[in-house]
Amino acid sequence: MIARPASLALALATAVGMAPAHGAAGGAASPGALFDPVARVVMSPRCINCHQAEAPRQKDAGVLHAQQVVRGKDGHGSAVLQCAACHQATNTAQGKVPGAPNWHLAPLSMRWQDLDKKGVCEQMRDPKRNGNRKGGTQVIEHMTSDPLVLWAWNPGNNRTRPPMSHQEFLKVLEQWAEAGMPCPP
Amino acid sequence: MISLNINGKAAQVDADPDTPLLWVLRDLLDLSGTKFGCGMALCGACTVHIDGQPTRSCVMPVSGAVGKRIATIEAIGDTPVGKRVQQAWAEIDVPQCGYCQSGQIMAATALLREIPKPTDKDIDQAMSGNICRCGTYPRIRMAIHKAAGQRGES
Repeated sequence: MIARPASLALALATAVGMAPAHGAAGGAASPGALFDPVARVVMSPRCINCHQAEAPRQKDAGVLHAQQVVRGKDGHGSAVLQCAACHQATNTAQGKVPGAPNWHLAPLSMRWQDLDKKGVCEQMRDPKRNGNRKGGTQVIEHMTSDPLVLWAWNPGNNRTRPPMSHQEFLKVLEQWAEAGMPCPP
Repeated sequence: MISLNINGKAAQVDADPDTPLLWVLRDLLDLSGTKFGCGMALCGACTVHIDGQPTRSCVMPVSGAVGKRIATIEAIGDTPVGKRVQQAWAEIDVPQCGYCQSGQIMAATALLREIPKPTDKDIDQAMSGNICRCGTYPRIRMAIHKAAGQRGES
């Protein structure tokens, strides 16, 4: 929170300089609109269901995870009902049970629960709340290589995927990062 | 051949690496105390311990258990906590049909190892993935408190 005014000022200054090109490319009315396509992905169920505070959610409706699963001490579930009790390194049971290496909730600091688009944007560019990722490059790296992120585009069992391809997502993410990570007003 | 450590003993099985651990236990090793319930990690009947953590063996590929300690209901009474849990279960006469009970005992034993004096909330958070169609939940809770040597909260 304390560091944000400085980074916001820098972000806006950068964004203003680059806004025309990106505005034209994305049809954006303001620099913050560059976050719109990013938000459509990260706020979709496959992503936001595990960026929760106390408990993961499931399905496209985001219902609380069955079996009263909770975050626990470190995002891996309660002491003896851990995510790995059911979630293996790959999908199992003909895809019905999701799986990827080290299945877990996003860290508590990275929760998006109850945040609007602006709130998610501000969280994603704040190293104190984005997993200490200092800048767009590191945020993009997370989105490029994290096995749980990648699972969202290959969820199996006819689960809904994010609303654009992973390649397209990285492209709009890069555009947002290059513009200084501007957020909606 | 796949090498496994089951209940402290080495075992060799000829199985496809993707075979669920449950079928290796039941069909290849005759350890049939672990039950098949839903096949989708939704009911907990197939719970075993993998390195001490309750795990649904119906969805765990046997390859995932290689190099880890697998414990099943057949040997849980050999551990001090497991023995206490089984005694409490018998004294309170927890089971009705009994089908889910090996999974319940595996989950309860892991809980008491991790949290020797669990609260009702601890019990809820540990046991909520183990379903009992007979509804023996009050007796399960009572037995866990008894095995912990404490009076229940409720």
